[in-house]
Amino acid sequence: MLTLTGVDAGYEPGRPVLRGVDLRVAPGEVVGLSGPSGTGKTTLARVAALLLAPQRGTVEIDGVGASGVRYARDPRLRTAVGMVFQSPRRSVDARLRLRDVIAEPLRLRGLATAARAGATARTERVAELAGRVGLTADLLDRRPHEVSDGQLQRACLARSLASGPRYLVCDEMTAMLDASTTAALVGVVGAEVRAGRLGVLAISHDDALLDVWADRVVALGAAVAGPA
Amino acid sequence: MADRRLRAGVVLLVLLAGYALLVPWLAGVDDRVTDFAAARQGPSWAHLFGTDSAGRDLFVRTAAGLRVSLFIAVVCALLSVLIGALVGALSAAAGGWVDRLTMRVVDGVNAVPHLLLGIVLVALFRGSLVAIIASIALTHWTQVARIVRAEVLSLRDREHVDAALLGGATRWRVVRRHLLPAALPQALVAAVLLLPHAVWHESTLSFLGLGLPPHAASLGTLLQEARSSLLLGGWWTLVFPALGLVLATLAVAAIGAALRDRAALPERAGAQL
Repeated sequence: MLTLTGVDAGYEPGRPVLRGVDLRVAPGEVVGLSGPSGTGKTTLARVAALLLAPQRGTVEIDGVGASGVRYARDPRLRTAVGMVFQSPRRSVDARLRLRDVIAEPLRLRGLATAARAGATARTERVAELAGRVGLTADLLDRRPHEVSDGQLQRACLARSLASGPRYLVCDEMTAMLDASTTAALVGVVGAEVRAGRLGVLAISHDDALLDVWADRVVALGAAVAGPA
Repeated sequence: MADRRLRAGVVLLVLLAGYALLVPWLAGVDDRVTDFAAARQGPSWAHLFGTDSAGRDLFVRTAAGLRVSLFIAVVCALLSVLIGALVGALSAAAGGWVDRLTMRVVDGVNAVPHLLLGIVLVALFRGSLVAIIASIALTHWTQVARIVRAEVLSLRDREHVDAALLGGATRWRVVRRHLLPAALPQALVAAVLLLPHAVWHESTLSFLGLGLPPHAASLGTLLQEARSSLLLGGWWTLVFPALGLVLATLAVAAIGAALRDRAALPERAGAQL
């Protein structure tokens, strides 16, 4: 369970954007988060992904309290939460080919474990992940500026899944995409959820999308606490 | 425009490097051997650049001097980039008190006049090539550090760094894979611009009699020797080594300016996406 309890968060001391937020995401569940612009949805996403320290309150992942954020994360939580950002352009290194974008977390996992993943195993895993998100092999050798936003967001989703997270935060993941790509990406995430591998916090302006995608929707700006 | 400048700079630099490397080798004479019977001869077919006060051929000796000066400059520039890029990137990536402390150290190094610090270092190890290189490299990494730090500061909170972090990357990994490579083009431009500066520094140290020993040719030692000949009408002893210095500076400055323009281009292109 990804649990946020009594979280105040913001970017300036003493001026929190969020106040007293409680939120729970269970494995195998999609929790939708809606709310008008400026209510702190992305701030909440960053707190949940251990990118931003809450000013007050706690974040707990599967019973382990998050003691630090960013580089100071608990090693046990290093890849516990993945995130897909709103803008695929901003969330990839423009110099890397899509193949390397997806492979990066695999390389890191290879370095961290004794059984170092060989290059062949990595190539196969990249191909498998690319296939799962609907990227054809010829796209893998292109750089970000040579593919569309939708194709790039598919690569970003594949990268997020490559690190094997237990929870995935999708921050307006489909806001810049057309309907068919949106459906495809939501389908990929849905399959992971149904397999019980993933708990998802889906953030979107699109209430119709959240109605279809999420098991339950909480509105930020109103009462945020979800059922236990 | 930038491409034409780059091409002109590269062609000039290749010609100078070819002259510096090939002439001493093809001439088949030791540029240090003196021949007082041929002292202070003006330019002629036998001696294109004339001879110096010890009768050494200045066409060969200027080439040898250029070779030494360019070698020192390249090594200094590379060392400065290495030190500066590492300090700048790690400082910005670490942030907080580490960054503040590092930047005060940079300010401290900058506050000491470079030439003065260089003179102290070289005076400790008179005539040593390593000391000359160290004296220039250790006083010129700070501008590279500032450039790389500024670049890394603008990059470290970008979402692609967040994504790498969420994929399990450590701070060092992020620096090595995402921040340094992105800041490197700017650092290399700084290095190229540093080349003529390093040539001038070496020349100044040698001119002041603190650099290489007088028999070892460098642009600085040649200019220093030219002082005495100049008063006796030997203009060529000054003109040709100085021309080498000016042309090398112009070539590298043209390349540096063109590369700086080019490094700025992807940003503009990126903004349109």
